[in-house]
Amino acid sequence: MANVELTNVRKVYGSSVEAVKGINIAIDDGALCVLVGPSGCGKSTLLRMIAGLESITDGTVKIDNKLVNDLGPAERDIAMVFQNYALYPHMKVYDNMAYGLRNRGMPKDQIDKRVKDAAQILELTQLLERRPKELSGGQRQRVAMGRAIVRSPKVFLFDEPLSNLDAKLRGQMRVEIKNLQRQLGVTSVYVTHDQLEAMTLADILVVMNAGSVEQIGAPLDIYEKPASTFVASFIGAPPMNLVPVTADGSGLVLGDGTRIGAEGLVIPGNGALIGFRPEDLEVSAGTDTHAGGLALDLKVLGVEPVGAESYVYGMVGGERVVVRVPGRSTSQTEDHLRVIIPADKLHLFGTDGKRISSE
Amino acid sequence: MIQNNPIGRLIAHAILIIGILIVAFPIYYTFIASTQSLQEILRPPLSLLPGGHFWENYSAALFGGVGRIGGVGVDRLLFNTLVMALGIAIGKICISILSAYAIVFFRFPGRMIFFWLIFITLMLPVEVRILPTYKIMVDLGLIDTYTGLILPLMASATATLLFRQFFMTIPGELVEAARVDGAGPWRFFKDILLPLSKTNIAALFVILFIYGWTQYLWPLLMTNRNDMSTIVIGLRKMISFADADTEWHLVMVTCILAILPPVLVVVLMQRWFVRGLVETEK
Repeated sequence: MANVELTNVRKVYGSSVEAVKGINIAIDDGALCVLVGPSGCGKSTLLRMIAGLESITDGTVKIDNKLVNDLGPAERDIAMVFQNYALYPHMKVYDNMAYGLRNRGMPKDQIDKRVKDAAQILELTQLLERRPKELSGGQRQRVAMGRAIVRSPKVFLFDEPLSNLDAKLRGQMRVEIKNLQRQLGVTSVYVTHDQLEAMTLADILVVMNAGSVEQIGAPLDIYEKPASTFVASFIGAPPMNLVPVTADGSGLVLGDGTRIGAEGLVIPGNGALIGFRPEDLEVSAGTDTHAGGLALDLKVLGVEPVGAESYVYGMVGGERVVVRVPGRSTSQTEDHLRVIIPADKLHLFGTDGKRISSE
Repeated sequence: MIQNNPIGRLIAHAILIIGILIVAFPIYYTFIASTQSLQEILRPPLSLLPGGHFWENYSAALFGGVGRIGGVGVDRLLFNTLVMALGIAIGKICISILSAYAIVFFRFPGRMIFFWLIFITLMLPVEVRILPTYKIMVDLGLIDTYTGLILPLMASATATLLFRQFFMTIPGELVEAARVDGAGPWRFFKDILLPLSKTNIAALFVILFIYGWTQYLWPLLMTNRNDMSTIVIGLRKMISFADADTEWHLVMVTCILAILPPVLVVVLMQRWFVRGLVETEK
């Protein structure tokens, strides 16, 4: 049980390549923190710096209020689950889990108890005598988790642990990891590029881009109030629609010159981006302008029924947008739809990509 | 590779059988000759069936041959050769696995220089550096010693490169997992690297054992005393007696005895050997 605190953590490769640019994150005891971002954003590097596998160029990493910058991975009291599981191929499942404990000189009977307990939790009891290559992907994943659990470390580190599994198994393991983490109450840092995984697992979500933190917060807060266009388009699937607008004397103008009516919407002089989630749009039958909202004309490009809902792809003011419609959509290609964005669901971003706090 | 055409299969098998015959016939012929008396060997044509002197020849070669090769029995020669072959094989494996370990898993200054130094020795054949090596051995007083026979042949760029290539296929995450599990460099080597390399080690052992067993030039230079000779040198000496008739039947027996240990090693380690060549356990 421990908190993790990163202060101004930087990583510079060679003399000039800055992979991680001064990051501050505080993770409370027992919380699950998810680092999410596109590949190359520095999230894995950051995790490896917490693990002690990568040196820290600048800043401090504290685990349980103790500075660990100069400690080796084994001395930090962490356990890590790797993307490729990294099981020792020549050892049986039992030995894979026991290896770290043996290296610490733990008595045999105690090791045995811990391994058996972990195997019980992860339903691995039947597999203890097998070798990794005789296991399926999901089972290997469990062994990797087991190896982390037996250590009862202060912190769990997960490096994209589910990306080698198929979609169904991934969903299942996601729930298991979450439950297990809750049950054990061990502070965890979890790296993923999958925003769905990030949203569902996180207590604190850290969205990273190009070596910096874009936003830190609870997943739903981030979803509802993205701090930048990057976060807006990264979190949520399909992503938030972003349409550039400019203001002239009499109203708002879209990219292709269409005028839209908007009451009470203040746009900075150099223009802005309006953002709206696909599910927040209301398809309106008439042509009335909605009080307090923004009404847009949408030309339908195509419809994708996915079962419980349908995605209507269309053009608004020269930009592609997506509308999520419950059930089946009756729209046809080339149709014109009137869609309304309620005022409280409208996001406004400056041309620099940062959120303009409108309320 | 699998085909159902019976004629094609017949041809394939015929080619393979002919190949085996070509390779195996000289060995068979040696065996035949080793069971004939000297007179029968010297009177062509040699029969293609074993003769009746098997026990006689073999016991003469093994137990009655004192004085045959400068007063040294075959058993002594076989023992010398065994020591040399084992020394070279084990020594080479130890040195090259350790140097490959250092080069692949540690970042130290001059790492690439060391790698290239090892690599460059591949480009110099043994014959080129044999005189300087000989001079060093003489200066160190290692003529007619097992050390002198083994030591210069122990350093091996080939084996180092082989282990290096294998180590580079070991995923970095495995190394990191071991670090997180608290395995230091030595533990990692002992608990993880060594068990993973065992098929490679077995394959190399077979190759190097045979390499050591069949050495000719170096033992010829290094040994003056007859009781330090290897079996290959002994064979040569048996034939080159100028003042006596070559006892061909005993030469043939010695040949068979010289082939047996390497054959044994190959047969016993075949399972490991083949696995080491075709797959790596990852």
